[in-house]
Amino acid sequence: MKTILNVKNLTKNFGGLCAVSNVSMTINEGELIGLIGPNGAGKTTLFNLLTGVYEPSSGLIELMDQNKSIQIGGLKPYKITNLGVARTFQNIRLFKSMTVLENVKVAMHKNIRYGTLAAILRLPTYYKEEKWVEEKAEELLKEVGLYSLRNELATNLPYGKQRRLEIARALAIQPKILYLDEPAAGMNPQETKELTELIDHIREKYKLTVILIEHDMSLVMKICERIYVLNYGKMIANGTPEEIKQNEFVVKAYLGEEI
Amino acid sequence: MTAFLQQLVNGLSLGSIYALIALGYTMVYGIIKLINFAHGDIYMLGAYCAFLITTYCGLGFIPALLISMVFCGVVGVLIERIAYKPLRHATRITALITAIGVSYVLEYATQYIMGSEVRTYPKLLTSASFHLGPVTITMQQVYIFVITVILMIVLQFIVQKTKMGRAMRAVSVDEDAARLMGIDVDKTISFTFLLGSALAGVAGVLVGIYYNSINPLMGMTPGLKAFIAAVFGGIGSIPGAMIGGLFIGIAETMVTAYGSSLYKDAIVYIILILILILKPAGLLGKNVREKV
Repeated sequence: MKTILNVKNLTKNFGGLCAVSNVSMTINEGELIGLIGPNGAGKTTLFNLLTGVYEPSSGLIELMDQNKSIQIGGLKPYKITNLGVARTFQNIRLFKSMTVLENVKVAMHKNIRYGTLAAILRLPTYYKEEKWVEEKAEELLKEVGLYSLRNELATNLPYGKQRRLEIARALAIQPKILYLDEPAAGMNPQETKELTELIDHIREKYKLTVILIEHDMSLVMKICERIYVLNYGKMIANGTPEEIKQNEFVVKAYLGEEI
Repeated sequence: MTAFLQQLVNGLSLGSIYALIALGYTMVYGIIKLINFAHGDIYMLGAYCAFLITTYCGLGFIPALLISMVFCGVVGVLIERIAYKPLRHATRITALITAIGVSYVLEYATQYIMGSEVRTYPKLLTSASFHLGPVTITMQQVYIFVITVILMIVLQFIVQKTKMGRAMRAVSVDEDAARLMGIDVDKTISFTFLLGSALAGVAGVLVGIYYNSINPLMGMTPGLKAFIAAVFGGIGSIPGAMIGGLFIGIAETMVTAYGSSLYKDAIVYIILILILILKPAGLLGKNVREKV
């Protein structure tokens, strides 16, 4: 299997607090990875490091791009995104005052080539590319089942659908790696089941490597091929769902130690 | 009635100019929540730029207008890069005070380089006029109005229908999320300054032609009035700035005609006070409630 992401000794300090400490992971192309850990373990901080929101205090993040390894630690977020890394947010961050369709179109920014002048003069490139964007965005909305709501404002969607729109928006980036930060948070069992199917489907269809943070253990154990466990900023275990269930450190982290 | 229609025409041309300036205020506020008090001075620079080009290079109206737009756009971008960008994560009041500082720098640098005397603008457009019934309309008024309307349509198109516009709106809603969607936020903010400042440049050229005289401090009062126009329409809203500009222009002309020209500035400030009391979010502004 080919490695797509290689994280070496990644550390992030906030003043005296070490939020992520010496974390290493190797992710292979096409894998579905779960990232779990108690609240405050540093999972979202790790995502923020991997997507460029935070600059690492030390350590390396290597992204493989056509057999070339690129050091992305500390790059600006938009540059990392444009290398094919997309994410969703734990607390939904859609562009609320824009329509569902526009939310998806925004994420296609880097794939649109026409310049301002071409747009003002309405040259054929403008029409051609906007048409392509429109079609592509509609296709993605069909994929997540939001096509009929495409002209609604994002803020008017119910919660579960907003989460789906975040996924569609992330897909519009045409990513190789997709980070999902608690995609099932606040969903009822039925919605979670549909979401699980959606994740499986898009992963297959777009040949994605997916890394997800989730507290819903049934979801994680069901779909993840490998699981990494964080606790107090340290990676305490990794392995298949079966291995993780048996791991005494993980059980301790979640249930506390016996006295 | 004739007098009223005549004043309406006059008010529309003045209002168009306010609207052009107000757009820059509102766009910059929309994207980085900064009242760019140096914006009125960009308008002054636009007037001076076209003045120099036409007087010393002998170019005509259209090239002068285009060069002024580019010049003001570039100045706007430079101001953002040098003065505002380092303060983007500072408190808002810091950037606001910096904007006032930038405004003084532009005013007095121009005064130093160009002299403080009032300059007479060359005749760039025909001063011919025609009659529409009892109302006299000058060709200059027609030019001002038509140019403003075209620019507003172009602007509205850019903001609503192009990738740059989508990026601008996305950044204005959530800068961090936009960044993670592959948008270069710095470039988008620069682009916003470029557009807003270019429009102010146009307003400067048009005013120079309309009133025939320019001076380094000419940006102060129209700058303030355009700011009020933006607040009136709902700051952050582009159609709001257009409506606000036209309304302020017409109100000012009407008061001059039917009241006294002494009150022409006062009426604008009275409008500001009233709008802040009655509808603080402005005509088209959204009433944003802070979540608790």
